[in-house]
Amino acid sequence: MLLQVVDLRVKYGNIEVLHGLNLEVKEGEIVTILGANGAGKSTTLLTISGLVKPVSGAIYFGKTSLHKMPAHRVVERGIAQVPEGRRIFNTLTVQENLKLGAFTSSDRARVNRTMEWAYQLFPVLAERRQQLGGTLSGGEQQMLAIARGLMSDPKILLLDEPSLGLAPLLVRTIFQTLREVNRTGVTIVLVEQNAKAALKLAHRGYVMELGQIVLHGNAADLLENPEVQRAYLGAGQ
Amino acid sequence: MEQFFQQLTNGLAVGGIYALIALGYTMVYGVLKLINFAHGDLFTIGAYLGLTLLTSLSLTDRLGPFWGVVALAAMAMGLVALVGALLERVAYRPLRESPRLSAVVSALGASIFLSNAVMLIYGARFHVYPQDLLPKITLDLFGLQLPLVRVLILAASLVMMTALYLFIQKTRIGTAIRAAAIDQGAARLMGIDVDRVILLVFLIGPALGGVAGVMVGIYYGQINFTMGWTYGLKAFTAAILGGIGNIPGAMVGGLLLGVIEAMGAAYISIAWKDAIAFCILIAILIVRPTGLLGERVAEKV
Ligand SMILES: Nc1ncnc2c1ncn2[C@@H]1O[C@H](COP(=O)(O)OP(=O)(O)OP(=O)(O)O)[C@@H](O)[C@H]1O
Ligand SMILES: [Mg+2]
Repeated sequence: MLLQVVDLRVKYGNIEVLHGLNLEVKEGEIVTILGANGAGKSTTLLTISGLVKPVSGAIYFGKTSLHKMPAHRVVERGIAQVPEGRRIFNTLTVQENLKLGAFTSSDRARVNRTMEWAYQLFPVLAERRQQLGGTLSGGEQQMLAIARGLMSDPKILLLDEPSLGLAPLLVRTIFQTLREVNRTGVTIVLVEQNAKAALKLAHRGYVMELGQIVLHGNAADLLENPEVQRAYLGAGQ
Repeated sequence: MEQFFQQLTNGLAVGGIYALIALGYTMVYGVLKLINFAHGDLFTIGAYLGLTLLTSLSLTDRLGPFWGVVALAAMAMGLVALVGALLERVAYRPLRESPRLSAVVSALGASIFLSNAVMLIYGARFHVYPQDLLPKITLDLFGLQLPLVRVLILAASLVMMTALYLFIQKTRIGTAIRAAAIDQGAARLMGIDVDRVILLVFLIGPALGGVAGVMVGIYYGQINFTMGWTYGLKAFTAAILGGIGNIPGAMVGGLLLGVIEAMGAAYISIAWKDAIAFCILIAILIVRPTGLLGERVAEKV
């Protein structure tokens, strides 16, 4: 098991938002996490990345435990995140944003190679290398956020709603890109509102409700599951 | 015309000193969104430590006037940087997760503590920097007679500002500092150790403030334990003038404030010299709170 989340409990102040969450990701997989607003999906990803500290439970990356590790060390280990709301650095250039994505990497030649690869995946970014991140369009910013997440050559890429607010065509492009990235050996954990597209892309899926996993299984099975169809795929409307 | 250029160069020299101090305010504000009220006192400490080092090590006798002063400045920078790092550790880091007001109160407390410590150690009277530190000669620049010390002070502050600017803009660590100032959480997700960035900022800012203290000692010849208040407030004004959090802004703001003050003293009234800075501060806060360079890139939703 590449990533294992065991009985994770997380509180914001006095309010517990994750009530004993369990989750597993195998090497090479694309796993998607679905759930209504406020279910705790972003909190889960932020806790894996070390930005939020759990009150109890554990997170294992292979044999190392992550739940006490400071966020920057988690990145060093090979877990990158494309956070909710993109959070690119507005007043830095596209190129600087990408370089920061590779902050933990000291191998310059490799960073340059990865950057060229990122520019190939998203050619618009190459045209705008010297432009400030904040001046990109929303979709371009989303591409920058994804490219930045790839810059550290992560073993696992966590993505929090990468398709939010994007035109359908662009969503398809981005999902296509994620599949290509996955084929290069990057394991992907994808949080999505766009459940149908996510389940089509993913190998397995988890459904979260109110801070707990209520359902999990193969993506194809979840797509057929009547409950999932009613709640997340808009069937019967 | 002669008077105008004399005032201009004098204003730039003093403004360079303001700018160096202002950088400390603006860099700390950039990453922590906190006004380090104790920064003016770090400047005072720089001036006093400089004097102590100068008299106890007789640097200029050993190394000659130029290198002696350079070594003095470097040592003062290093020591004040350490005081700054200690300040961060003791007064600010424990309050990182606390409400903003706690950190502000802690900053004020640290300021009172440091200025009183200086007073207790050195006494409340004025102290005098040796007058013969740098040769008292005037340089002839394009027919303008300029005191050597003024030219050196201005040159030194410009060199340090340029070095800082290049460091912040061009290096990997500099980019990490800028990133942490924009979004600490996102910076962490890039693998940046934000605690170390903050520590670094608390080394660089105080180092520049400390060397500014030495420069004031050399330029004006005397120092007092309350100097951190006036210079601190002026430099803070300069930082606001340029746009707080903005590094080039602090540089421009400092130089501009120095020149405005010098001109005001010469052409309006010397009695108004100190009031000018505060009028500017109030005017900016009313008219353009983001400062001259403090423009925001619109955030996309
Ligand atoms: N910083 C915070 N402080 C306090 N409460 C928070 C914080 N962040 C999230 N919460 C609360 O925790 C719960 C889970 O939030 P989270 O962002 O993880 O949900 P989500 O599943 O990602 O939702 P969405 O689909 O809307 O992004 C919500 O009730 C939210 O209000
Ligand atoms: Mg979310």
